[in-house]
Amino acid sequence: MFRIDRWKEIIEVLTTNWFRTLLTAFGVFWGILILIILLAAGKGLENGIKADFGDIATNTMFVWTRSTTKPYMGLPIGRRFSYTTEDVESMWAQIPNLRFVSPRNQIGSDTPNVTKGVKKGAYNIYGDYPEIIRQDPLGITQGRFINHLDIENSRKVAVIGIGVVQDLYETDETLIGSFITVQGVNFKVIGVYKKEGGGGDQNAQKEIYVPFSSFSRAFNRGNRVGWMAVTAQDGTPITAIKESIFDLLKKQHRIAPDDKRAIGHFDLYEEYSRVESLFGAMRFIAFFVGFLVLISGVIGVSNIMLIVVKERTKEIGIRRALGESPFSIKLQIMMESIFLTILSGMAGIVVGALFIYGVNYALTLTGPVDMFMAPSVNVGVVIGALCILIFSGLLAGFIPARSAIKVKPIEALRTE
Amino acid sequence: MAMIEIKDLHKSYQMGSNSLHVLKGINFSVEAGELVAIMGSSGSGKSTLLNILGMLDEANEGSYELDGVPIKNLNETKAAQYRNKFLGFVFQSFNLINYKTAAENVALPLYYQKMPRKERQEKAIKYLEQVGLKDWATHLPSELSGGQKQRVAIARAMAAEPKVLLADEPTGALDSKTSYEVMDLIQKINDAGNTILVVTHEPDIADMCKRIVHLKDGVIVEDKKVKQVRAAQYV
Repeated sequence: MFRIDRWKEIIEVLTTNWFRTLLTAFGVFWGILILIILLAAGKGLENGIKADFGDIATNTMFVWTRSTTKPYMGLPIGRRFSYTTEDVESMWAQIPNLRFVSPRNQIGSDTPNVTKGVKKGAYNIYGDYPEIIRQDPLGITQGRFINHLDIENSRKVAVIGIGVVQDLYETDETLIGSFITVQGVNFKVIGVYKKEGGGGDQNAQKEIYVPFSSFSRAFNRGNRVGWMAVTAQDGTPITAIKESIFDLLKKQHRIAPDDKRAIGHFDLYEEYSRVESLFGAMRFIAFFVGFLVLISGVIGVSNIMLIVVKERTKEIGIRRALGESPFSIKLQIMMESIFLTILSGMAGIVVGALFIYGVNYALTLTGPVDMFMAPSVNVGVVIGALCILIFSGLLAGFIPARSAIKVKPIEALRTE
Repeated sequence: MAMIEIKDLHKSYQMGSNSLHVLKGINFSVEAGELVAIMGSSGSGKSTLLNILGMLDEANEGSYELDGVPIKNLNETKAAQYRNKFLGFVFQSFNLINYKTAAENVALPLYYQKMPRKERQEKAIKYLEQVGLKDWATHLPSELSGGQKQRVAIARAMAAEPKVLLADEPTGALDSKTSYEVMDLIQKINDAGNTILVVTHEPDIADMCKRIVHLKDGVIVEDKKVKQVRAAQYV
């Protein structure tokens, strides 16, 4: 119900003492501002750290081999072993809820191992399955990535990084269809990638991907597998099924079941969850601290409203003598309180938004900063903050409103 | 039928361990159209009586009927409604709301009746005109003299067209010339048929009413009709 007189009166009351109203409003303004800045800073940190993960499928672990640390079934301690393509097959057969299993082989070198014409360079070369691009995403800028036909036909094709292009090619040279020589074997370039995220690591742009089968054939790997990237289905954390994978691999390679160190792995999901829970805690702290600051602002509003009611005791008595209902008086005080809270809260939200905008602008000017990126608050948080404001306005007005109608009209009139 | 009918009214205040018996059985009735002065020294219970009549306070014992409506066990909301509908108040210290203009003050009881804004403003101006303050409608109370303030207060009390006008020492804060002006106004309102009760301790003011009720130590000691002295002759 919008009544012009009601609002006129609210404005009249709040403007009688400008300075006091401003000071009171500042408490709430400050509370909301701090809440928003804290949340935005947390989000910025979160964005910054998550950018380091890039688009990588986080429900993934990497598994490699080490040497055994226990003798088992007549086999000695310190034995080295190697995964094979059969391991991949039995994993698919026996472990449920797998999404991708990508066996990988890799050669790297400190001395130049790739040549093209007179130019040469030292790069990491990976033998991969097409699925790897969905586990550790690459941005293909030209051509395509490896596909299953390449695997089946053991095509000698390669996808090279933008860094490799810079090293080995002239600026306007045609890339697709050209040939590079990897340790004496020619590969035809079918695609160029540029890796996003990963903190802009230069080495990540200097890699060469070839089909797994061609790699094995060209570099004499037989059916051996260097390491594997295993991704579980969404909804099944890889952490939950990794032990069964280890058990399977141990059985296949006759490793003691209690040999903890024979299989090396890195569980991305676990790391990611740890980071996630860290941010969860940070969000909680931001909310908690912001809320506490806001509460002190709200107490300020409540305090001032109590004083206003006290000052207006006589006026309230007059109004009641003239026939204003207690409910109407209560409503008036509540509305004053909510109006003041929301108005100053809105100001806080606006200034907070401007501040975030300013920080973002400064970030674009100075370029990316380590571990901090695009601080922001989403609309949900703003709506949440507004709800908190309305609620706190109600809370702040409640006690003063009650004290306003507790005074008997006759006593209120006697007050000078 | 009597406009106000009071029977065996008692009121006592609890002051710590001892109670103060202020009204000790008041029987009193007022017909429509009367102009009654309630007199008494301070502590006689006249203000307490007026507060009970004005539903600002409640009696411990006895009955009170206003125009046939029993006033008993009212909750605050109901009391506010009755005050708004039945009663107009004039106070010694005027009790205008100081951040509202004269017209807004007069319109206040009408606002509580939920009368539309425009109608309310027209009516406020009409009543201000009756007390001779139409040109002061947009002035704040602080810009008015004591007599003017009291006239605004009377306009406000009359605006809701109440059954009874209750005036608590309406001239107590005014010099005698202004007091007579205010009494002249009250007499004219009474001439128009309105029932008015005036609490006062000034004999000359009481003489301007039609009936004087003397209160002493919580009982009525005298209740007489008098020949009204017109205030107009002093103005």
